[in-house]
Amino acid sequence: MELEAAKMIGAGLATIALAGVGVGIGTIFGNYISGSLRNPAASAKVFGNVLLGFALTEAIGLFALVVAFLILFAF
Amino acid sequence: MEEHSPLAQFEIRKLIEIPLGGIDASFTNSSLWMMISVILATAFLTLSMRGRAMVPGRWQSMAELVYEFVANMLRDNVGSGGRRYFPFIFTLFVFILFNNSLGMVPYSFTPTSHIIVTFAMAAVVFVGVTIIGFIKNGTGFLKLFVPSGVPWFLLIILVPIEIISYFVRPISLSVRLFANMMAGHTMLKVFGGFVVSLGLLAGWAPLLFIIALTGMEIGIAMLQAYVFTVLSCLYLHDALHPGH
Repeated sequence: MELEAAKMIGAGLATIALAGVGVGIGTIFGNYISGSLRNPAASAKVFGNVLLGFALTEAIGLFALVVAFLILFAF
Repeated sequence: MEEHSPLAQFEIRKLIEIPLGGIDASFTNSSLWMMISVILATAFLTLSMRGRAMVPGRWQSMAELVYEFVANMLRDNVGSGGRRYFPFIFTLFVFILFNNSLGMVPYSFTPTSHIIVTFAMAAVVFVGVTIIGFIKNGTGFLKLFVPSGVPWFLLIILVPIEIISYFVRPISLSVRLFANMMAGHTMLKVFGGFVVSLGLLAGWAPLLFIIALTGMEIGIAMLQAYVFTVLSCLYLHDALHPGH
């Protein structure tokens, strides 16, 4: 297999990581919604943690993007 | 007709050549936009507070809101011992916020979309926090890698994992900010290309998407500044009070 084709396949495979990221972000916001439906008074207080959790999970997706770029352009 | 790559927006262009012996210390477009963000932030904070009114007007309220936001973040995550690090954390937050947000201005340049800029900031935070940890706690700082209440046979696996994840911190901190900024701007350019290539007939669909995406990117610019700062505060808390 030529290097170019292998790079394309590798970069495509790297995006499988986004499945986990989708589950993670859905979990965070799902739990936030169910928690804030039970206890609306606390929802504003915990929203900062929700944003922090979302950003940390999205970072994992971006690590996968960086790996894809590394495979495509650096090797 | 030259091909406009969506990655061409990240090119560093020298505006004023300044060769310093062997080092190229030129003034680049990245330096220009970092300078603009520092000037804007300084002007905003100093001019808004010039009146020093007891009951703040509009501008002073905004400056005080930013101050209180960072001060509360520092107090909630580090405790009262963190007060002395407030100037550094505040500078970090405002610098990243203005850098990210100025990147949303058309035809501008986002300094934080380069890994070297974000890695420099993350390295400063990491090295600084480690040094603070050792000064404050001496060798007791290494208790950070030994969670309490763990049986000894698990510790053999857990301590190397904790050490590795400690050293991953500057990498994750820098790559998170860099990847968010680069991916966001690249996506905007790619969909911009779609608008042009689809023309008048179908170009409105990617255009609507770009409008929504630009709004999200402005939100992400501010969110990433908040996340970088709050994680620095958490690492500082770990350094000041090691041992979970």
